[in-house]
Amino acid sequence: MGAIYILWLREMKRYIRSRVQIVVSLGQPALYLLALGFGFGPVFQKAGEGSYLQFMAPGVIGMTVLFSSIFSGIAMLWDRQFGFLKETLVAPVPRIQIMIGRTLGGATVAMIQGVLILVICLVAGFRPQHWIAVPAAFVFVMMIAVVFAALGTGIGSIIKDMQGFQLIMNFLVMPIFFLSGALYPLKNLPRVLTWITNADPLSYGVDGLRGVLTGLWAFPYALDVAVLCGLAAVFLTMGAWLFSRIQL
Amino acid sequence: MIRVENLTKTFDQFTAVKGISFDVEQGEIFAFLGPNGAGKTTTIKMLTTLLRPTSGAIHLNGLDPWVKQKEARQSFGIVFQDPSLDNEQTAYENMELHGVLYHVPRKVRAERIERLLTTFELWERRNDYAKTFSGGMKRRLEIARGLLHTPKILFLDEPTLGLDPQSRNQLWTHVKHLNETEQTTVFLTTHYMDEADRVAHRIAIMDHGAIVAQGTSAELKERTGSDSLEGAFLALTGESLRDEGADSKDQMRQFAKMWRGR
Ligand SMILES: Nc1ncnc2c1ncn2[C@@H]1O[C@H](COP(=O)(O)OP(=O)(O)OP(=O)(O)O)[C@@H](O)[C@H]1O
Ligand SMILES: [Mg+2]
Repeated sequence: MGAIYILWLREMKRYIRSRVQIVVSLGQPALYLLALGFGFGPVFQKAGEGSYLQFMAPGVIGMTVLFSSIFSGIAMLWDRQFGFLKETLVAPVPRIQIMIGRTLGGATVAMIQGVLILVICLVAGFRPQHWIAVPAAFVFVMMIAVVFAALGTGIGSIIKDMQGFQLIMNFLVMPIFFLSGALYPLKNLPRVLTWITNADPLSYGVDGLRGVLTGLWAFPYALDVAVLCGLAAVFLTMGAWLFSRIQL
Repeated sequence: MIRVENLTKTFDQFTAVKGISFDVEQGEIFAFLGPNGAGKTTTIKMLTTLLRPTSGAIHLNGLDPWVKQKEARQSFGIVFQDPSLDNEQTAYENMELHGVLYHVPRKVRAERIERLLTTFELWERRNDYAKTFSGGMKRRLEIARGLLHTPKILFLDEPTLGLDPQSRNQLWTHVKHLNETEQTTVFLTTHYMDEADRVAHRIAIMDHGAIVAQGTSAELKERTGSDSLEGAFLALTGESLRDEGADSKDQMRQFAKMWRGR
């Protein structure tokens, strides 16, 4: 247990110490929120869909958690390059504990980021249907964070250089975000796009957040929870397996 | 203490270690010498469970490190050839993290960290980030860290790389002391022949993945009729340079791997 805690703590320290990075990583979603939220607002309203800010705020929270959690896993690349990964890999501790410590650390950071961006949304004028909705939304933030932190750890165990990192960012993380319904409603889409969005794990996370916060659901509530929990189990297992196979 | 039989490692088509065998007794200081690319680091990685051997047997302290992984890992300390510190944490935090990973009880941990950081003259800088350290200070911190859990076997892969003569001298004095007082077995590699000559009880010389000679420094000199270890080394491994064009080969390998996804 000590190993899990100390590696979790390390992620927390890194997060708290990188103040510039906190600002940078919150700046991007804040920009989406302001530029798109207010920019598309009038069009959205005219189409009879209500307030775009109300609609997209949960999406932006989902995006923040996605980027932050998956990035923390992929950041293993730096530990590999600067060599620290070796130190943890030869320690007399089951690899699974190392993996869990890192993953939970990354997930915790992502949750904090998610909460911070929720606060920014509130400041920008977003209003949840109920104040009780906020703790319920936190549960979804948690699930999204664990799913993608575990996925990130799995990916981080495989990629070995910057090219791999770019590849993952452009061909996995960005599509997960854009095809998740974070920015637009998932109804009346072309058939192919519907299949793809239904296969995107983040769709269920964003839907859960939006449903809880604004009452607008695209999938049944139970489906969102089931998919996220199932994927968390799958990605954690897969991540643990890939991590256990790292050789240097 | 360390027994290796027919150890082989093949990367794709390239065989880096070709069926080597050797024994290191408890309490012995054993030096592994060899030109660049000889396979020294690859051997250490296999001994320390970082790389799975293609074939052959390893016994550390009587244990197969791939079967009794945890016990084996607890029993050795390692200073890697490449840096392995967490640059974003302080010297003290790096030590603390190691202590926790190696199950050193809290009380003992604090005492030992203070003693080791003092020995390696880092105590004053304990609260500075590792990234602010000079190359030599980083190296000293890595060595201090490797000793924190009082390992029975110490692997040192070019520990003095980039150290000034003072630090080198101090390091070897410390290693010898540890070896004499605690019976710590030491397995080291170095490119400085004088160091091997000074500290090692026995020496193995490796070239192109195979051990070409082993014995005491005196035996190696006698066998080759040289009056220095350096002379013996050159006589055994030839004068030509190694690893020409390895860089471009490595890049190709890297590239191929990426596309195959591993
Ligand atoms: N992961 C790897 N994949 C492919 N080849 C590798 C890998 N690691 C090492 N090699 C090759 O194995 C050979 C032995 O490398 P190794 O690092 O063991 O040498 P060394 O004796 O430690 O050399 P040096 O004195 O330069 O540190 C080299 O030719 C190297 O290119
Ligand atoms: Mg080497």
